[in-house]
Amino acid sequence: MAGAHTHDEHEHDTTGPLVLSVSDKNPKVRTIQVRRPEDQDASYLTATVKGALITAKHFFRNFLLPRRGPEVLGKSGAPPEPSRVENWIETVQYPEEKVEYPERFRGLHRLTLRDDGAVRCVACMCCPTVCPAHCITIVPEESENPGIEKRPAVFEIDELRCVVCGLCVEACPCDAIRMDTGLHAKPVYERGDAIETKESLLSRGIRSTAVQGGEGADWREE
Amino acid sequence: MPSIYDILDWPGTKWLFLVLGLVMPLASLLTWAERRQSAMMQDRLGPNRANIGPIKLKGILHFVADALKMIFKEDFIPGHVHKGLFALAPILALAPVLIAFCIIPFGPTIYPHAAGAPLDALELAAHPNAPQFADSIRLQMFQVDFGLIFYFAVLTLANYGGTVAGWASYNKWALLGGLRSSSQMMSYEVSMGLSLMGVFLLVGSLEPGYIVQHGWTAELFGQDRWLSPANPLNWLWLPQITALILFFTAAVAETKRAPFDIPEGEPEIIGYFVEYSGIRWGMFFLAEFIEIVFISAVITSVFFGGWQFPFLDPDGFRIGGYMTQVNGHLISTGGTVLPLPHAVVALLQFTAFGAKVVLLCWFQLLIRWTLPRFRVDQLMNLGWKALLPLSLANVMVTAAVYLAFLAFR
Repeated sequence: MAGAHTHDEHEHDTTGPLVLSVSDKNPKVRTIQVRRPEDQDASYLTATVKGALITAKHFFRNFLLPRRGPEVLGKSGAPPEPSRVENWIETVQYPEEKVEYPERFRGLHRLTLRDDGAVRCVACMCCPTVCPAHCITIVPEESENPGIEKRPAVFEIDELRCVVCGLCVEACPCDAIRMDTGLHAKPVYERGDAIETKESLLSRGIRSTAVQGGEGADWREE
Repeated sequence: MPSIYDILDWPGTKWLFLVLGLVMPLASLLTWAERRQSAMMQDRLGPNRANIGPIKLKGILHFVADALKMIFKEDFIPGHVHKGLFALAPILALAPVLIAFCIIPFGPTIYPHAAGAPLDALELAAHPNAPQFADSIRLQMFQVDFGLIFYFAVLTLANYGGTVAGWASYNKWALLGGLRSSSQMMSYEVSMGLSLMGVFLLVGSLEPGYIVQHGWTAELFGQDRWLSPANPLNWLWLPQITALILFFTAAVAETKRAPFDIPEGEPEIIGYFVEYSGIRWGMFFLAEFIEIVFISAVITSVFFGGWQFPFLDPDGFRIGGYMTQVNGHLISTGGTVLPLPHAVVALLQFTAFGAKVVLLCWFQLLIRWTLPRFRVDQLMNLGWKALLPLSLANVMVTAAVYLAFLAFR
């Protein structure tokens, strides 16, 4: 009861704490009455009962009511509205149930393909240059296609070193590397197994719809 | 040549079956139940993964995995500790709790010969030494008049486990934790004992089995107004509700768990078993959980009628009826009876005890996961300024009311 105490001469502000005395030298130095919870209820009994009722409510609701499915819990964004017929458990049991990731989630890398199925990368070395973790290794070789200068002979990404910053995707001039798989780096027993090779990166590859060179794929022929 | 019943009635056998066979598994299960319950209280799922092949059982097997992990961990003893005391401390913590269970009445006295038919309680009271009653198996190991005093005495020894662990670890933090543990125990043991004084006054006995079999109305009211000990109104929670709350609070403090976990303070203030690991630490941990079961068993026996199933007398369910005294034994007779075989009655009563204990364990876990830890000064204030005067007042008021009752009866 904040306003219940009587107005005495020392009190200046009815909403603030009860001022017991004010210093003569500096009016800002005041002795105030501190109201601790334990002074009001030394046995903590009411607080205990209140708290136990809240936790018991949560326990019984979560113990008795059916669980919300992953289709509710897996939605990205704000947590779902509390339901009356289902419990409030928020846990998503990961390997079996998965959260729907945001569209721009950066997952495991992939290399995109040309229309003829060849690797789209031209080994321009932009991504290993920009990579802050130095996790990309490219060894270029000459391309069989006379219209294309280079292609990667080796394209390796060490997923243990990768910091998932996405700068390689930003840097790539021809939409050859992407992180839109929505996958996590897989757990491995040996460090070497964490290195993604050109083959594994291409195995997740998709056709890129981006037009290379900016003016149509056959701009050289025009 | 002892008969099979003599062997079954031997305290060692009963200890094996009841403490090692029932209490230890229940305490181990509590380690899993606590994690699941706390998870549910916090809108989580909790551990539900441990399995043997397809057998998952909602993760109950986590306690097996935990036990195996602790047993097969390296038994590491730091070089600087006092080796003897270091090894002794976990035993000191665990053994007294296991011993204290001797005074708990787990169920009624079983008479295997009468399993198929209702027990003749009148005949039993009149001729307790008759040859057909020689096959009795009492589900209480240690029946002595000073039962609850024995419990206080033995459980105080468990406190030495923590203090000795802190001392033997030769670690400042462990030593401080051990000292906190002993100071906390000192503040609570007094009000714990005093809060039960009202019970002793009302019932006139310190023996849990006697309290269970008599209730509080036997001493207080006239002979014609006795209630059956199976009547929930005859259990001591009703006249001694203050003592129940005080005893429960002190008992939770005794288990050294939140909100009174100042001796341990798992996450930040370091406790007395900081130097322990593996199964030695596991023994402290198990002792804590067995103590939860034990506190529940004591509160059940003293305040909630122990193994009494509501309105279930030795010969069956009874509505109405009255109590008579035969050879100093209280027997309920008359009224409308639904006779039940002795085996069914004994099973119901044994189950009732288990259910009450499990419910109280649940409640202790609820409190533990509801309240944050007290500060040391708050704890001491609660112990010395709230619990102690209240328990003294409870003794005084109970005595005054008791005297007034006797005077005006």
